[in-house]
Formats: sequence, C-alpha cells, structure tokens
Amino acid sequence: MAEPLLDVKDLKVRFATEDGIVQAVSGISFNLEPGKVLGIVGESGSGKSVTAMTIMGLTRGVNARFDGEVLYKGTDLLNVSDSGMQEYRGNEIGMIFQDPMTSLNPVYRIGAQIAEAIQAHEEVDKRGARARSVELLRQVGIPNPETRVDDYPHQFSGGMRQRAMIAMALSCNPSILIADEPTTALDVTIQAQIVELIGRLKDDFKSAVIFITHDLGVIAEIADEIIVMYAGRVVEQGTTRDVFYDPQMPYTWGLLGSIPRLDRPRVDRLHTIEGSPPSLINLPQGCKFRPRCPHAFEKCTEEPQLENRVETPGHLDRCWLDVEFKRNHRDETISPGSEEAA
Amino acid sequence: MVAFLIRRFVGMILVLIAVSFIVYLIFIVIPGGDPAQRIAGRVATPANIASIKHELGLDQNIFVQWFKMVKSLLSGTLVSYYNQTNVVQQIKQGIPATFSLCIGAGLIWLFFGVLVGTISAIRAGRVADRFITALALIGISLPVAWLGLVLLYLFADDGLNTWFPPGGYVPLTQDPIQWAYHLILPWLTLAVLFIGFYGRVLRSNILDTINEDFVRTAKAKGLSSQRIIVKHVLRASLIPIVTLFGLDFAAVLGGGAIITETVYNVQGVGWYAAQAIGQQDLPPLMGVTLYGAAFIVVFSTLIDIAYAYLDPRIRLT
Amino acid sequence: MATTGQEEFTLDTASELAAEESGAQIQGRSPWALAGRRLRRNKFALFFLAVFLLILIACIFGRGLYAHHVSGMGENDTNPGGVITVNGQRVHVISQGKTVIKNGIPQIQFGGVPIGPQWGAAGGQYVLGADTLGRDVATRVLYGGYNSLFIGIISAVICTLLSVVFALLAGYFGGAPDWIISRAFDLIWAFPVILLGIALGTALSLNGFHHGPINISGSSLWIPIAVISIVFIPYIGRPLRGQVLALRNREFIEASTAQGAGPLRIMFTELLPNLASSVLVLFTLIVANAILTEAALSFLGAGVQPPNPSWGTMIADGQHQLANAPWISLFPGIMIALTVLSLNVFGDGLRDALDPRAKVRIEH
Repeated sequence: MAEPLLDVKDLKVRFATEDGIVQAVSGISFNLEPGKVLGIVGESGSGKSVTAMTIMGLTRGVNARFDGEVLYKGTDLLNVSDSGMQEYRGNEIGMIFQDPMTSLNPVYRIGAQIAEAIQAHEEVDKRGARARSVELLRQVGIPNPETRVDDYPHQFSGGMRQRAMIAMALSCNPSILIADEPTTALDVTIQAQIVELIGRLKDDFKSAVIFITHDLGVIAEIADEIIVMYAGRVVEQGTTRDVFYDPQMPYTWGLLGSIPRLDRPRVDRLHTIEGSPPSLINLPQGCKFRPRCPHAFEKCTEEPQLENRVETPGHLDRCWLDVEFKRNHRDETISPGSEEAA
Repeated sequence: MVAFLIRRFVGMILVLIAVSFIVYLIFIVIPGGDPAQRIAGRVATPANIASIKHELGLDQNIFVQWFKMVKSLLSGTLVSYYNQTNVVQQIKQGIPATFSLCIGAGLIWLFFGVLVGTISAIRAGRVADRFITALALIGISLPVAWLGLVLLYLFADDGLNTWFPPGGYVPLTQDPIQWAYHLILPWLTLAVLFIGFYGRVLRSNILDTINEDFVRTAKAKGLSSQRIIVKHVLRASLIPIVTLFGLDFAAVLGGGAIITETVYNVQGVGWYAAQAIGQQDLPPLMGVTLYGAAFIVVFSTLIDIAYAYLDPRIRLT
Repeated sequence: MATTGQEEFTLDTASELAAEESGAQIQGRSPWALAGRRLRRNKFALFFLAVFLLILIACIFGRGLYAHHVSGMGENDTNPGGVITVNGQRVHVISQGKTVIKNGIPQIQFGGVPIGPQWGAAGGQYVLGADTLGRDVATRVLYGGYNSLFIGIISAVICTLLSVVFALLAGYFGGAPDWIISRAFDLIWAFPVILLGIALGTALSLNGFHHGPINISGSSLWIPIAVISIVFIPYIGRPLRGQVLALRNREFIEASTAQGAGPLRIMFTELLPNLASSVLVLFTLIVANAILTEAALSFLGAGVQPPNPSWGTMIADGQHQLANAPWISLFPGIMIALTVLSLNVFGDGLRDALDPRAKVRIEH
C-alpha cells in the first residue's frame, strides 16, 4: 500500500478562552488515499470543523495548542510555518465552507476571485487565468460561463455560489478537497446536486475528499469511510457500509434514527437525542455520551477506548455495551415502530 | 445607473430646500421675541429694524418669510448690520483661507489616520497597538481650542519657543513658503482629533473584517498575508472611512473649523462666523450655517454615488 | 435481558443522572453577569471611572466647601487690587507696573499680570493662580466644572432618551413615522455640529426662548443643554434605529405579537432590553462629546453666558494671556481633557465588556 496522502495521527486541539481551556479535539486519527471520500459526522461542537480547519492551518493563533501529527505526503503540516502553509492552501489542499454568500468577497467578480486563486500558485497571466476560470465554471455546471464569469456573488443563486466556490477550491488541482458543511445552507434539492457534483469532480480531478456534515443522510451515497465525532472524540469509525448497517455507538443510532426514511414504515415522531452536547471545558468523567445514552450502565463511568470490537477489522467504536445486545436493541432507536424492534 | 444619479440629485435639491427652512426656523421662529430686532443687532436703529421687517417680509406668512430670507441671503442683500458688510461677499473672501486650512489638514488626517489604524490593527494586542491606542484616546479627548493654545504657547512667538508664527494667514499666491509655514500648527491642531478618531474606527473595522468568512476563504486559497490585508481586508474596512471622511471634510470646509481658525487667527469662513457671535450679529451666522449645510448635503450625495462604485450590490437599487 | 449483569437504564433515569453531573451541563450565565465580570477585570477602565467620579464629586460637592474653606473666594468674586501674603511676603494679585534698574538701564515692567499658581504657599488662596480680574482660578475650575458637567450629563440624558424613543417609534412602526423621523435625523445631520450649535446657541441666547408657557432667559444653562441635546440626536438615533429594525424581524417579536402583546409592551419588554448595551455605550460617548461641545460653544461665546463660569469660557478668558498667564487657560483645559479621557477609556472598557470580540472563534 502506498504512503497515504494524508495521515492524521492522534490530533489534539485545545483553545484557551476566558472561561477556561476548550478541548476542541481529543485525539482523532485517520488516513486518506487518492480518490477516497471520508465523511466526518457530528453535532455542533463535536470538533469536526476544528479538525478540518486545523489541517489547513486556519485555527492557528495565540490561544491554540496542537498535539499529534498531520502528515501530508510525509510532511507534518503542524510544524510548517504560516507562510509555508500558503504553498499548501489552495494548491495541495482546497477547502469550501458552509455559507457561500458570506464566503465570497461581495465586491469582486466571481471570475476575478477564481483567477486570484490560480495566480497565487501558478505562473499564468490574467488572460490565461480568466480562461481557466471560465472552464472551471463550466465544469461545475454553471450555464453560460463566459458571461457569468464577470458577475458578482450576489448575482448568483445559492447553489450556483457553492458551485463557484467548488470551482475556486479545485482550480489548482489540489490532491484533497475539504468540504465543511457545504450543503447545510442550501435547499434539499440543491443539496443533492452539490453532493453529486463533488462526487463527479473528485474523479475528474482525482482528488480525495473530506466531507464534513451533521447529516448522515447527505453522505450515504458518496462516502467510502465515515468517522462519527462527539465531544471532540472519534466515537465510531468504519466503512460506510459498516457504520450504516452495523452501527455500534448509541450516538450513531440516534443520528441514523433522525433521518427520515422512505423505505421504512412511517413513524409518528422522528427520534431525537435527549439533552445537549457537553461543555468542552468541563467534560464529564467517563464516556462523554453517557448523560444522553438510553443504555448507559455502571461501566460507562470509565471512558472506553476506541477499539475494534466487532468481527470486521477497521470498524472501531467507543462503547462498552455487548455487541449482541447492541444488535438486538439498536432498532428501537434507529427505526422505532418497525418489525425489527418488536 | 442614470436613474440612480437623477434620484440622488433630486433628493439633494429637496434636502437643500429643507435645510434652508431649518435655518429660517432657527433664526426667525424658534427663539420668539422680535426677529427684526434680533437681526438688526446691537446697533439697531428704528430705520434698520423697519427695513429688515420689509426685507424679510416679517409681517407676512411663513412661506413668504422663508422665501424672502433665502432670497436676501443668496442675493447678498442681507447685510451684517454691525459693520455694514455684505454677508455673501465676506464668505467668499474667507474661502481661500478655509480651504487652505482644511484641505491640508484633511490630507494629513486621512493619511495618518489610515496609517495609524492599520498598524494598530495588524499589531493588535502588542506594544505598538497599545501605544497608538493610548495616543488616539488622548487625541480625541483634547478640546481643540485648548490644544491650539497649548501649541501656540509651546512653539510660537510670544510663547516658550519661537519656531512658528503666532497665527495669521498668508495667501498661497502671495508667498507659498510663508503660506505653509503659517499653516503648520493649525493643520496639526485640526488633524489631531481626527487622526485619533479615524485610527480607532479603522482598527475596529479591520479587526471585524478579519473575522469575516470571505477573509477565511482568501486564506484558504493560499493567498499571501499581504494580499489578504490589502485586497480583501483593507478594501472592505476602508469603505466606512470614505463616508466619514467625506462628511467630516465637508463639515470643516463649510466653516466647521471655526475654533482652529479663531485660535490661529486664520480669517476664513469659520473665523467670520466666530466674530459674528461676539458681536451678536446674526446675518453672518445665517449665511455661514446655510453655506456649511450646503457643503454637507452636496458631499453626502457625492459619497452616495461613490459608494455605488465601491460596493456593487448597491448599483442595482 | 442482557446476560452479563448490565442493568438497563431507562431514558428517565439517564436524564436524572445527567442533571446531577455538574460537569456535564453547559453552565448558563446571564450576559450581564458575564459583562460585569469582564469589566471588573479591566483595571484601566475601572481606574478611569474612579477618576471621572472623583472629578464629578469634587465639582458637585467640593465646590462650595473649597470656596468657603480653602480659597475664601466665590466663583465670581473679583479682586483686582488685592494683596496677599506669600511665604511671608506681600504680593499684589495683579502686578503693579514698576521701573527696575537692570545693568544700570531703567526698564519698565508692565503691570496687569495676574499672580500665578501658588499651590500651597498662600495658605489656600490662588492655588492655581488668578485671572485678569483677580478671580481665583481653582475655585472657578470647580464651579465651572459643575456647570460643564451638569450641561454635559443632562444633555446626554435628554438626548439619549429622545433618541431611544425616536428609534423605537421609527424602527417598530416603520412606514410614515419612520420616514418622518429619519428625515428629521437627516436634517439635523446635514449641519456641521458646531455650526448648528452656534446658530441655535446664539439665536437663543440673545432673546431666550419665549413661546407659550415656556420662558427661558438667554443666559440660562438650559439653552446650551437644549442645543447640545438636539444636535447629537442623529448620532445615537440612527444606530439605534438600525438595531431596532434588525430586531424587529426576529422571531421573538413575532412570538410576542402572537401572544397578544401590544406595541408599547413589545417596545418595552422585548426591544428595549436588547438595546440596553448599545444605549449604555453610546450614552458614555455622548457625555464625553457633550462636554467637548459645550466647551467649544462656550469658548466661542455661544454656550454658557457670562457671568456663569464653565471650563470653556475660562479657556476663552485666558486665550489672550498666553504669554503672561498661561495658567488661566491651561487648568480648565486639563480638566476637560482628563474628564473626557476618563469617559472615553471607561466607555471603551464598557464596550469591550458588553460585546467582546471573541478571542477564539470555535467553529463547529
């Protein structure tokens, strides 16, 4: 197996705030090969965005502390200086964000902003950059790209703006595209289009993708591997198939249960996970999900390690519950009211 | 775009008309008592008072009065009864001095305000920032009259040192070097307050803009820090400064630098108004007030138009 | 039932457990408590607040005491011919002209120069010197300070009250009321502050204000108060109106209306509390600006009218005496600068406490 493109080893991120030390990320590890799509799923505060931004070096500041390694093609990005990171950002690793309206500068034309990304990393003149921008807009599905390249962001619709952002992020052929909640601010129908677009483009550009979302349903089609995060930790990790068909964390069950399904009998109420995520400053002892877990028992006062507890190697979880027990009881959460739960 | 311009100009005319009505209210209506007596001033003779009554139509209705007031001001028939001079003429005579003072000070305060604000924002939290912030806070807390007097005392003839002349104005056409030499202290005095203020506003804008999403995107694209600051952060942060500067500049050009002109005896439009206060002479005040407001209204419209150029989102409305 | 001795907790017991975990919950603290804590940590802001309060107390309560016990003179007591004892020597308050022989050449020393700051040497008299009429500068600084602070603070209060009312009316009702109020703001805004101030100040101080039942004489302090209150209305009114407009469309207003709350109730119980922190910060700034504006107007003669002293009139008194007696203008100016600086520093601290730019932005 070739050296992975991105190898994140036990990454920890802490921030000092006036209220105390925030443990934003407490040890995430994964790797990425070319062409692979990794989905990172979790609620607000789970640490998924901080992980992504840290890979890009966007969380650096006086109050931030990092541990672990982020190895991109062998180089630890955490040790690269901020000006050194300019070489990687946009060029080797591209990123798109949640709200395309505020993420684009309102006073510059779309084409100019894409060309700016290109000219930052490649020796291209204005005309060449502009021609490439037009091509990129065409590739992401913007109609009449020759005219629309001179539009301002407010003249684009929400979905088109996100497509333009994707074009901008891919403009220098990065090896990795990080998409941080790219569909959250968009209509459901547009969501599907954007996800499909990303899937198609990753093949065209031969990039790996890290797709961050709070909605498991969005990445079901496109992700190869899924990491579920909670309270800054990885709580479940495995192939998409494993996570969807053999989920081992009650938290994952909660996430799955809250997806409306057309292929299951309709339920009166979608499942919701009671309670709220813990404070990242004063984390509770033991398993971080325990206060909200319907199946918590006394062993949960000791934090489980992320281990492989099932037959499939590579499928890791952080739960003490017996595997059989889980398989028998999870449908109460995932699809209450169906035959399996009876 | 043309419709936009026409709308703005029509609006401007309407505001100017409304402004003249306010001037009328302030001087004729609001105080009560006898306006003719008031305007005739300290050396009021019955003949003066009677002629004012007629000139301003004070025995007629509001609109006639207002119209006559504006007409007499603009056509120059309203005179200062204290020294029998024509108000419009006097204002015109004061313009070169006021413009010399304000344009020079304006350039100084704009340049240094932006410089100081940018440095303090980029070095936020560090020594340079704290130092600049302290100076800026002091700068905006000093009464202008007092600052002028202190500078005169410290640096001008009659004071501790004799490096600078003790005030007065030398026309540019007469002697450019003396012109500048006489204006250095006044320029500094007028500029200090604004430098402090603009520096703080810009610093605040920059620190806000740095947290904007589009700046994060610029960083994620791998742009150099320099490019991010100049093309993305400053571009957005300076827009409000443009508005502020336009209005402040208009205000001082229109006679708002009255204190600086008085302290340094720069005989411009503001100085003219200040003299009138001492003599309880209203017509010059009426004239200068209208003049100053007109400046602001016109500049305000120009800024609106400039904004449309700077921020494309506005062009279509 | 599980076979390994685990007990199954129901949803109820799980949430009870959660409630007991102090560390597991995110602790809620009111924004005001948080702001108070931040403010307490800001030593500079607190120090300058103390300075301002000290000046305020000195001018309000100290002026009479000082006049009575220290200087022995009232704020308008002139003493041009007076003679005082300094360190055992008799000195004229206003110097007498005399001829001296220097190097064998007779030289005339002109009279008319007031005595300079004595600090403690004259037993409390003329601590900060005398002005050209022999008045005690220190006493006048306190009395003038009272007037300047009175005008500054009261104008700020009136201005803020009016602005809040107008902003609420304009922002909440929209339509015609908003149009009228916004146009009124625009019209006041169209004049350079100082010109509007002197126009109103001069016109009103000549004859006073006599309409209907209201009769205010031209030399009343209420004239500058009214002038300054009016002039600054758009400076607070516009930003507040913008905030009200933004809040207006938020869901909690809809919810309140749906519950049957009338406009007045919504304005007071929903909108006003959200405006509170902006109002506080803006108020502090307006007090500072009001004091500076009063000084400017009084300096020019369009503010406080003689014989009432104010820091501004005192600066004017001394402006032609710079060479001989700089202290006449110096001390009132220092007081203004110190007072306004204290307000500005405290205002900054207040703003930082109420709305801090988060030092760390935690993206989720």
